[in-house]
Amino acid sequence: MAAVQGGMSDADIETDIKTEPSTDGFGNNNANDGRVLSASPGSGSSTGSNKQTAAVTPEDQQTLLAVLQFLKKNKLIESVEILRREAGLPENSLDPKATESAGAGSGGAAGIVDLEGGDVSSLLSRVTGSSSAGAQAPTKVAEDQPDVRVVLSAYSQQGDPTLYEVYYSDLKKFIETVLDCHRAELSQVFYPLFVHMYLELVYNNHESEAKAFFEKFSGDQECYYEEDLRVLSGLTKKEHMRGNETLLDFRTSKFVLRISRDSYQLLKRHLQERQNNQIWNIIQEHLYIDIFDGMPRSKSQIDAMSGSLAGEAKREANKTKVYYGLLKEPEIELPLDDEDEEAENEEGKPKKKKPKKDSMGSKSKKQDPNAPSQNRIPLPELKDSDKLDKIMYMKEATKRIRLGSDNLPSVCFYTFLNAYQGLTAVDFTDDSSLIAGGFADSTVRVWSVTPKKLRKVKSAADLNLIDKESDDVLERIMDEKTASELKIMYGHSGPVYGISFSPDRNYLLSSSEDGTVRLWSLLTFTCLVAYKGHNYPVWDTQFSPYGYYFVSGGHDRVARLWATDHYQPLRIFSGHLADITCTRFHPNSNYVATGSSDRTIRVWDVLSGNCVRIFTGHKGPIHSLAFSPNGKFLASGATDGRVLLWDIGHGLMVGELKGHTDTIYSLRFSRDGEILASGSMDNTVRLWDAMKAFDDLETDDFTAATGHIHLQDNSQELLLGTYTTKSTPVIHLHFTRRNLLLAAGAFNP
Amino acid sequence: MADREERRFAEVSRESVRLMAEGAGVELGDDVAALLAEDVCYRLREATQSSSQFMRHAKRRKLTVEDFNRALRWSNVEAICGYGAQDALPFRSVKEGELFFVEDRDVNLVELALATNIPKGCAETMVRVNVSYLDGKGNLEPQGTVPTAVQSLSDDLLKYYQQITRAILGEDPHLMKVALLDLQSNSKIAALLPYFVYVISGVKSVSHDLEQLNRLMHMVKSLVQNPYLYLGSYVRSLVSSVMYCILEPLAASINPLNDHWTLRDYAALLLSHIFWTHGDLVSGLYHQIVLSLQKVLSDPVRPLCSHYGAVVGLHALGWKAVERVLFPHLPAYWANLQAVLDDYSVSNAQVKADGHKVYGAILVAVERLLKMKALSLSQSAEGHSGAHPGSVVGAASYRVNSPGLSPPPEPLSEAALGIASHLQVGGAGCHWEEWTPVPLPAMYCELYSFFGDSLAVRFSTGPGFGTHSPCAPSQLSDSRKEPPGPASNLDTTRKMPQLTANLNISPRQDGSPRTDPPPPSLSGTGAVPRASSMQRSKSSSSCSRQRSAGLSREVFPKARFTSPQTTPPAFSFPDNVCNNSACFCCSTTYLCTQTARHRQGGQTCTSLDMFTLLPPPASIVCACVRVCVCVCVCVTDCMS
Repeated sequence: MAAVQGGMSDADIETDIKTEPSTDGFGNNNANDGRVLSASPGSGSSTGSNKQTAAVTPEDQQTLLAVLQFLKKNKLIESVEILRREAGLPENSLDPKATESAGAGSGGAAGIVDLEGGDVSSLLSRVTGSSSAGAQAPTKVAEDQPDVRVVLSAYSQQGDPTLYEVYYSDLKKFIETVLDCHRAELSQVFYPLFVHMYLELVYNNHESEAKAFFEKFSGDQECYYEEDLRVLSGLTKKEHMRGNETLLDFRTSKFVLRISRDSYQLLKRHLQERQNNQIWNIIQEHLYIDIFDGMPRSKSQIDAMSGSLAGEAKREANKTKVYYGLLKEPEIELPLDDEDEEAENEEGKPKKKKPKKDSMGSKSKKQDPNAPSQNRIPLPELKDSDKLDKIMYMKEATKRIRLGSDNLPSVCFYTFLNAYQGLTAVDFTDDSSLIAGGFADSTVRVWSVTPKKLRKVKSAADLNLIDKESDDVLERIMDEKTASELKIMYGHSGPVYGISFSPDRNYLLSSSEDGTVRLWSLLTFTCLVAYKGHNYPVWDTQFSPYGYYFVSGGHDRVARLWATDHYQPLRIFSGHLADITCTRFHPNSNYVATGSSDRTIRVWDVLSGNCVRIFTGHKGPIHSLAFSPNGKFLASGATDGRVLLWDIGHGLMVGELKGHTDTIYSLRFSRDGEILASGSMDNTVRLWDAMKAFDDLETDDFTAATGHIHLQDNSQELLLGTYTTKSTPVIHLHFTRRNLLLAAGAFNP
Repeated sequence: MADREERRFAEVSRESVRLMAEGAGVELGDDVAALLAEDVCYRLREATQSSSQFMRHAKRRKLTVEDFNRALRWSNVEAICGYGAQDALPFRSVKEGELFFVEDRDVNLVELALATNIPKGCAETMVRVNVSYLDGKGNLEPQGTVPTAVQSLSDDLLKYYQQITRAILGEDPHLMKVALLDLQSNSKIAALLPYFVYVISGVKSVSHDLEQLNRLMHMVKSLVQNPYLYLGSYVRSLVSSVMYCILEPLAASINPLNDHWTLRDYAALLLSHIFWTHGDLVSGLYHQIVLSLQKVLSDPVRPLCSHYGAVVGLHALGWKAVERVLFPHLPAYWANLQAVLDDYSVSNAQVKADGHKVYGAILVAVERLLKMKALSLSQSAEGHSGAHPGSVVGAASYRVNSPGLSPPPEPLSEAALGIASHLQVGGAGCHWEEWTPVPLPAMYCELYSFFGDSLAVRFSTGPGFGTHSPCAPSQLSDSRKEPPGPASNLDTTRKMPQLTANLNISPRQDGSPRTDPPPPSLSGTGAVPRASSMQRSKSSSSCSRQRSAGLSREVFPKARFTSPQTTPPAFSFPDNVCNNSACFCCSTTYLCTQTARHRQGGQTCTSLDMFTLLPPPASIVCACVRVCVCVCVCVTDCMS
């Protein structure tokens, strides 16, 4: 599909896109150089001012060369020049010799850990697959384009098509006869083998054999691959393979299997004995077998982790240290309560104040050992208004209701009426004073849910008239005449899929099908910036908990990190094999989690741009993510109706919550993290005992280096309540500062 | 495979492809058509799959034409327009060609353009909030309403409700006390409020049972006093229940043995309390109440007990209400009342007794009116607040507390009492009516014309009180059994209530003077009598203070009065027995003495003092002697 699009788009757009990889390139190289994001967000230093050093690793260089070659081939001289200048490569570096060994790929692929040192074909294909539509343009134009041929060439080796069935059934028979403990592990091989063999048959124009093969063995595959199989079954011609994203994914990424050493030996011996080269080749070329020592895993253990488009995550992928602790809260002079006390009794003051300070101090002064250093990511300085808000927050927090299994929250449901199936996204401000909706008709609407109406700032002429010295100047700048409960903001040219308020309630972000992310001012109710970069629908966007930064992710399979004052992204997180469906900031703002249609969740380091965690286990596209307030855990919900809980520090799945019957669109932890609320398309909000779910596992032995999880099925015990709506899918959840649960959705008559 | 696929996907047959091609004027070979058909199928599937992504992200279950068009645009195929209608498009087939098509009717543009019935725009998208679940429990109230309570009660609450209602309406007085106390302080019963209000509205069905009515009124009081309850619109319902008890000729009042007077007094005080504390919840409440009271008062067909209720109700609402409604109405009403009181026939005895009650009530009301009016005048005229700043401040602060009320807020009798004493202290040596401005004397004169002489008459013409005396002891013992209960009065109180009660109370009250009497709010079950008896005792004590004789002097003569007839144990009722019934009587009695004093002119002494110490005018002496006689009779009644 992308190829078709590329072919039609005009040259301007292509160049536009072409420059992107180069941007990506230095973006990531920055990180490699250990360069931090611009030291002060306000300083205006841009990533464009880039000092490329010789510290480019050989792989990177190869990558660059491949890109350069590609660009040159497509006569994009300007881009070539720019890239070369940026990368600091000598002009003559672009000779055929270099390309031969070139590790290809693009800068955009730097985030892909598992592909380092991979072959040319796979990396190049990543370029085509992942980032630029323009890159695929030539594919269509020139059929015999070498690059694309390379991508698919792996399938050109041809065995006897009639023997495929024999090979496969032979292996099947073997695996069925091995010891029980190995059978489950070895069964993992079936699916990737099946797909690759089928594709080989299709690629080599053995249509009828392919059909027969599919017919015979597709029924054996695990049910959670059904969706992929459906796509496969429709694909019976070589021509169809081109431009089919699913296929490119399959071809270019190695399917990862985790198998114990014993089982692997067994398999290897069998295949070698039988001279079953066809299968052995596939295993060698297209699968990555992560061998571990120890007991083979059970079927349930395997099932829990598999299901993603590219198999399980490699163990190494989750070994990086993640600083999941929370940042120290800035110390703020404590609220007016103190003053009240002072006024009341002078003598009692010193005694009273001390314990208070301690209680505050114990929280903020002790540095969490797992927390990143305070300035790992430069964060915006607190403004006075932020401090006031913090004080408000603390005051509210003291009135917070302590939730628990015997004290469930009350729920307020915000129902959107007359939305005509058009409500696509909802967000609340942290203080629950505003609610915003993104609509399919391209509008963004903001409602005030308190009696305080929404007002615009006066026009410039009127602003000149007011007394700037007066104390209530902030009040005076507002135009009373514009006060209304609802403000509608127009600007997008496609459905608004993601929406997010800034923590200071001055801005609103919206991401849309039109490929832009827009920043709106909630003072003037106008659009301030349209961030262009994603050329395809942007499915989700979210502000950092500290403001200033935001992340977006969409159909182009990359997530981008932006700063509000930069029109180009600061980081590009690339690695997902399919659309990025949801994005979430870690509470400490140092990490970003993305969920994708490839059924994996990745956690990215904002500082380095690297992928630090890959979580597999979902059996459907992931549509919601939530970090626990203490930053230690992540919850994810998918179309399969399951919520999975992850320990970020250990990189392990720690829980599975079954109960929903439809896509989970919203997840939220209560303010103290005791309760996890999940809202779903099945018109229910469910409450889960998060405390218990996480407490139970602290007793578990986490040292299991193998990372094998053993989940007990205790969803029913953890389910605290199921709240149903009449006919309103729940698409957003929010806990107020006092732990009242707000839910939102559009009434669906 | 083939049939399996057919089940899964829609297939475009090669015939269709060929037909289409022919329609476009192209001849296709079989194999080309087959290839094309297959490719079309594949592309369609692909587009469908992509479109489902849009559907998922739009958080819908329904795939729309828009979604499909977006998918087409993705793959750079032109979108198909004209299918975005909400309703299903009729699909028709043509037999011959095996063609299916969407029926597309012609639209007459001219007609459309000139049409007058311009379609309305679709309704505005809006957000409505609804408390769906409260504390984990479902809320069944319709969407869009903010619930005042959870519909489905928890078992605990239900149990509580049953226990409380059973205790309050049951037999055990101790249990009732506990229940009322809890009702007054429990913070978690908001959900039960409608239920309790419903129970209270049952007054109409128990109008024959004085006891139950009393209990229900106590329940109202507890609810009103509960600081955790937001009564909201339930105030209206409560007020109507209370008004019922004040105004209606209750079935219970048919039997003269039933002391419904006390109930009315209590309910009236309750009314004023509700009004002062929760009046702001319902707009126009004051006027509604005053109107209905006025209506009853001006309706001569109503029985006297209803009139009595109206008068005490007005009295409870404050002197302004009395001034506005009762005072102008008095001349007209007086004639009727006079007629009743002047009828000495035996058959009229009952009615006449009722008339006396009304008479007493009016007396109290106008006396307070005079006093308050005098005060307000003196405050404005004299501007001297040194003597009792506290009382004035108290009054002022009360005003502050109830802003936005429709009637001018008036100081409650707390202030009134302080003020009264202040008045007399300040005006030592001279009588207050002498220096009050003109309207007040006019009012006084008018009132005097009604009451002045009738005072003496009242005492002298007391109907044969001996006739009812046999009932007294039994009543008395009854009331003893139920200390907190609204002391069902002696039967004789209906004849000469003032005296018995007065004698019971005044020595005690005067013996333990209180400097800081509570406002007429219902501070306890026994609050009603205390409040007004306080008024009496306070003013009488102030009277005595005024003179050098002081307390002992006032007590002493009374003691002298009582001692001869009294065999003490029987006489000294426990406080709570003599309570409720006493309130009104004692105040009326006080008024009598006051009035007597006024008639005395410059002489500053109470009638009782007068009786003992001064050579009094004949009429007064006469009255006092009668008082004395009355007391004797009453006491002997009690004793026998």
